[in-house]
Amino acid sequence: MNLPINFPMFMSMSLNSWSDALSQWVPFGVPLGLVVVAAIPLVFIALYALTYGVYGERKISAFMQDRLGPMEVGFWGLLQTLADILKLLQKEDIVNRDADKFLFVVGPGILFVGAFLAFAVLPFGPEFIGADLNVGLFYAIGIVALEVVGILAAGWGSNNKWALYGAIRSVAQIVSYEIPAAIAILCGAMMAGTLSMQQFSVLQQGEYGFLHFFLFQNPIAWLPFIIYFIASLAETNRAPFDIPEAESELVAGYFTEYSGMKFAVIFLAEYGSMFMVSAIISIVFLGGWNSPLPNIGTFTLNDWTTGPVWGVFWIASKGFFFIFIQMWLRWTLPRLRVDQLMYLCWKVLTPFAFLAFVLTAVWEIYMK
Amino acid sequence: MQELEQADNRSIRITREGNDRVVIEKDLSSEEMILNMGPQHPSTHGVLRLECKTDGEVVIEAEPYLGYLHRCFEKHAEMVDYPGIVPFVDRMDYLAAMNSEFAYCIAVEKLLDIEIPRKVEFLRVMVSELNRIASHLVAIGTYAIDLGAFTPFLFCFRDREHIMNLLEWASGARMLYNYIWIGGVAFDLPSGMKERIGEFVDYFRPKALELQRLLTENEIFVRRTKGIGIMPADVAINYGWSGPMLRGSGIEWDLRRNDPYSIYPELDFRVCVPDGSVSEIGDNLSRHLVRAYEMEESLSIIEQCLQKMPDSNGFDPRSAIPKRIRPKAGEVYGRAENPRGELGFYIVSDGKSTKPVRCKARSSCFVNLSAMKELSRGQLLPDLVSIIGSIDIVLGEVDR
Repeated sequence: MNLPINFPMFMSMSLNSWSDALSQWVPFGVPLGLVVVAAIPLVFIALYALTYGVYGERKISAFMQDRLGPMEVGFWGLLQTLADILKLLQKEDIVNRDADKFLFVVGPGILFVGAFLAFAVLPFGPEFIGADLNVGLFYAIGIVALEVVGILAAGWGSNNKWALYGAIRSVAQIVSYEIPAAIAILCGAMMAGTLSMQQFSVLQQGEYGFLHFFLFQNPIAWLPFIIYFIASLAETNRAPFDIPEAESELVAGYFTEYSGMKFAVIFLAEYGSMFMVSAIISIVFLGGWNSPLPNIGTFTLNDWTTGPVWGVFWIASKGFFFIFIQMWLRWTLPRLRVDQLMYLCWKVLTPFAFLAFVLTAVWEIYMK
Repeated sequence: MQELEQADNRSIRITREGNDRVVIEKDLSSEEMILNMGPQHPSTHGVLRLECKTDGEVVIEAEPYLGYLHRCFEKHAEMVDYPGIVPFVDRMDYLAAMNSEFAYCIAVEKLLDIEIPRKVEFLRVMVSELNRIASHLVAIGTYAIDLGAFTPFLFCFRDREHIMNLLEWASGARMLYNYIWIGGVAFDLPSGMKERIGEFVDYFRPKALELQRLLTENEIFVRRTKGIGIMPADVAINYGWSGPMLRGSGIEWDLRRNDPYSIYPELDFRVCVPDGSVSEIGDNLSRHLVRAYEMEESLSIIEQCLQKMPDSNGFDPRSAIPKRIRPKAGEVYGRAENPRGELGFYIVSDGKSTKPVRCKARSSCFVNLSAMKELSRGQLLPDLVSIIGSIDIVLGEVDR
């Protein structure tokens, strides 16, 4: 793909040609290169979930609550997550006697795969994207819905009433909130005129930095932006919409009965989808891997901070920013009730999403 | 307003006219499910078991089952002499041990008919009001956790920690103090403690405001509590409710004012009752508000105690403690206003023994919890959690 990018004098290594070359590496007739390429996002998720997801959330919540957080294992508790993982690995992998063993085992797998597959279409930079589908956005919305199957399998297979409650709530919630989320995202797609995730980012680049982002290109773009952010909180089961795993009501929701690595996998899937929705919102409304810094006269900040590696930096920091907001909300707000959640979805977010859809369409056709 | 129609065991209709109207109509036949909530459940505040008959998210009926923490307090009390019962009383309501000791000592002193030194009364009131703040902090914090807000809980525990340190300094123990003895208290205040208590009062006022902004004024919190679990005043009286629960239903009933004991008549404080401007009278939010306001009142009581407390060097707080406690034959009922309501002790003495023949505790939590069945009818499962939290039970006192 020929991208209209002015590479800066440094960091002009083309990641894509590097990954293309790697994917064609077929030693002994085994396509090992493809496996390595596919493993890169996986390693990214694992690293991010370990460092920022688990350790970061514990530290952030601790500082919000006048605590210190993990301090014992390593300097400032930096090795705490590793210790936790070692502990989880040693745990006995308990499967209930009366559980539906197949569903019980397969549930966390589906959950993780659903969260992980969406990473294929996330552009991590101008030169690095797993699969530049022309329906990338559609694919991302669709594949995340696969999580519902995993949650239902986990909840039903556990043979536990609390888990079943959690699973049913979760399915109702995710399916409902996909509607405002998808409509809000469609507003972005209308502005871009494409569904390709890479194309989204390309369209939002320019010398004025953040002014080219869709959020600032359209006077009503803040409405779908906020709607998608709220709906994405519900889709990832984060507070104040953590009703499926409401620990004070349902013990732990659909993963009440899970232990050991299965529990860890569910945890990883949650952090994976947290980053995924944060990345999608940054790509659709905040320019993805584009630098938000504008060129000011001879200080060509935008040009200096544009490039393949800078792209990875920008999208990761935008994603982490939204994850930080998710954590901030989680540690501040109480939880909504089930019917209030549905009220918010169907009577508030969905009508406003339609309104945003119509207004965006009018703007795109007549005003632009 | 709640209606529950269950004509043919199939259709359920719930209409709630609260801040947000909830109408749940079910015409499809669905199976009822028995759901055991507890004894190991995070929001039953201990080892309470609720057997809920549920239809989907709707709890048709919830029956509380008790006794998982029964430690035979009343039988033990018959085998221990009067001063020896005090540590057992501590272990009833372990979140408000000072107040429980106070109630027990009031009962025994009434039976003995002895005079208490004035400074001892001030010490008792001060430590029990400190403990009341600590207890309400736990109540509010755990209520926040029940509703999914974790941070207010830790803020509450941070502030409670200061009270625990103060009480540890005075009595030597953090939770189960054994400080208030029959006829006196164990120790006089250490030197410098009055200043520290004053510092705490100054420290805590802004923190209470912070808690109010973070939790009580939170829109989601209000929506989760307002209009839920409404208890009309007459039903509350019929169930024998007391304390913040009864005041939440709009009745100005506070034993410190209505049946004054110790030095409370000399002190100036308000009996907190919701006025219905923020909450609906008798709902979960009212009970929460009563607790939040009472902390303020306790602070002002502590301040007044600090001002009025007689300053006497070389004061012996044990001077009025009888050498041997053997009351005349008779019976007595002594009661005090605990953070959770009226805690009363009914003690029978035969006049010969140094041990009570009978020591019955009237537990406020137990009585408050008895209305659970009434309150839970036709609620949603999350509201059931919210109601249990607002009752603020300590299972140690429920089961004794």
